[in-house]
Amino acid sequence: MPLWLFSFLAVLAVISALGVILQRNPVHCLLGLAVNLLDIGVIFIGLGAVTVGFLQIIVYVGAIMVLFLFVIWLLNLQAEGFGGYLGVKFFGAVGAATLAAELAVMFWRAAPISRLLAAPAPPGSITSLGRSLFSDYLIAFEVTSVLLLTAIVGAIGLARRLPSSADLAERSATGQTSLRSASSTVERREQIPESIPARVDSGQGRDRRIA
Amino acid sequence: MTPISYFLVLSGILFATGVVGVLVRRNIIVMFMSIELMLNAVNLAFIALGRRIGSIDGQVIVFFVITVAAAEAAVGLGIIISLFRNRATVNADELNLLRW
Amino acid sequence: MRPRTGGWEHKANRGTQPLTPVPRSAMLIELVIGALKAIVIVLLALSLAGVLLWFERKGAALIQDRIGANRAAVLGVGRRLGLPNLGLVNTLMADPLKLFTKEDFVPEGADHFLHGLAPFLALFPILITFAVVPMGDTLRIGSRTINLQASHLDVAALYVLAAIGIGVYGLALGGWASNNRWSLLGGIRASAQMISYELALGLAFLSVVVTYGTLDLQEICRIQGAVWFGWLPRWGILVQPVSFLLLLTAGMAESKRVPFDVPEAESELVAGYFTEYSGGKQAVFMMTDFAEVVLTAVLVTLFFFGGWQVPWLYHDGFHFPGPHGAFLRLPNYAVAILQIVSFWAKTVFFCTFQILVRWTLPRFRYDQLMQFGWKGLVPVGLLNLIVTALVVVLVGAKY
Repeated sequence: MPLWLFSFLAVLAVISALGVILQRNPVHCLLGLAVNLLDIGVIFIGLGAVTVGFLQIIVYVGAIMVLFLFVIWLLNLQAEGFGGYLGVKFFGAVGAATLAAELAVMFWRAAPISRLLAAPAPPGSITSLGRSLFSDYLIAFEVTSVLLLTAIVGAIGLARRLPSSADLAERSATGQTSLRSASSTVERREQIPESIPARVDSGQGRDRRIA
Repeated sequence: MTPISYFLVLSGILFATGVVGVLVRRNIIVMFMSIELMLNAVNLAFIALGRRIGSIDGQVIVFFVITVAAAEAAVGLGIIISLFRNRATVNADELNLLRW
Repeated sequence: MRPRTGGWEHKANRGTQPLTPVPRSAMLIELVIGALKAIVIVLLALSLAGVLLWFERKGAALIQDRIGANRAAVLGVGRRLGLPNLGLVNTLMADPLKLFTKEDFVPEGADHFLHGLAPFLALFPILITFAVVPMGDTLRIGSRTINLQASHLDVAALYVLAAIGIGVYGLALGGWASNNRWSLLGGIRASAQMISYELALGLAFLSVVVTYGTLDLQEICRIQGAVWFGWLPRWGILVQPVSFLLLLTAGMAESKRVPFDVPEAESELVAGYFTEYSGGKQAVFMMTDFAEVVLTAVLVTLFFFGGWQVPWLYHDGFHFPGPHGAFLRLPNYAVAILQIVSFWAKTVFFCTFQILVRWTLPRFRYDQLMQFGWKGLVPVGLLNLIVTALVVVLVGAKY
């Protein structure tokens, strides 16, 4: 990939990454991360890994970041001030700067890698990726699908709201004993709407069981 | 044409930025975002090195890392939502029940 | 005439420079042609979106048995000259003019940066998808063959999906940055709806890609040029009818048009996520709406109706079917013009169809909408994909 393109993309990536860690408002951090991921996706495409680059944009930027955005809205997070243990922050920053310097020096002098002959670039087309996935990495592929299913079930189980004790009392008073809502069963059709507990999501997320 | 070491240096810088984010920020969601930043930096290193040695394994591994990161984000955010419902805060300094 | 070599000098090929030297003038001409193609297609898409804005008002009036807007005076000019009811031309131009000259205010407490960025974040991804849309086959000018597609990508369908996925941010952030509860609610609903229907859209795409065996949009259009039984053009609608319905529905849901327009429900949420936008920014949001209409129509045309194919028109002229099939020879530019006209005619037809649907059907309730997306379209899409894959494997690879 030409040097001017790489320089532009690299500067953009570093600036957006700094934006992620330095912005106060979580939504601004998220925007910085989305730009960073998009940038890295474009670098992937420039390096020849076209399919993986587009997958990164579709999955990471298009889905995972939107999920983050939803959670930030759900929890109604506001911009935060600086605080916390400043000593930890200072040493953390120093340590990370040391890490960055070490990595940079190590990669810069990557003499062993440069001495290797340049191998032909691997094809980045979806055909070759699919061929590799379904032959060499088939087991990993299938296990990943089970992992995704587990993650979906787990996330829904973690994030759903169980009715609080007040709602349970109300429901037993009106004759409902199961956790299913009233509107889905046939025999409850004659119930007046006021008896269905109105669960308005206030966004504060306070569970009434732990006052 | 840019030498591959440039991509690795960029990957290192992004990784270090992610580490700073995890250590310095107290908001759990932003810490989580910094973790995603670190994962992304590693993905870049994989693709760059895979291109250098001419193997498609780099791209396959990144494919799996993206998938696993998606699953991890979903479950992690579910945990954060549950935490918020119980403790009404996302400040990592206040989530200290396990501290003695 | 020998081309002048500049830039790259001839060097002994040491294996480190695999590229052959390219004369600088040829590179410049390619750049200019590419830029021209990109400008032309984006301008065409935007113009069609603008005309659709007016067409929708008049179309709505037709369907609802009224006249609609037919008087417009710019700075009182039409009225004084006694020509306010020219109707056609000045209402077409008055609407965008009015929008762009209105005051542009940002509500108090809103995030100025994101409030200004959001409309463009919504429009930009939709416009860049037009870069891979093929308008015609190839145009031969002199010795140069121009592919009538702004950018030839091997993975064009994936690119379109990626761009549509990015389009969520504009309205999500626009709704949030307005410091208005109803905007936020509209923004949340809009982004949830968009990511839900992206699944159905992706599944429709996948079925089509499995059928044609390629992600390249130009290639998909070319494949649809062949004929069955000597006379039936192999258009996608005959092979993938379920996918066509899926794509049309999911596309309409992506652009948040009625019956899926809960995010901008005019009777519930004022204007949903673009309540606090006025003037130029609102014009950009409306442009996004209609640009997505055009994009859905374009995708349906490309995948299911042959794209720029005219039945029985090949690159050297018409080959009519039948034992006494006539052969009408046409020059290359005439073929290209016919293809471009056919492409845009089909696109305009589907835009009109979407406008018709909008003014005919009532709006879905939000839970009905989500159930329809997840429990209705996604299983149908998956089933369609499985059946398509089975048929492709059994009948035998290439379509």
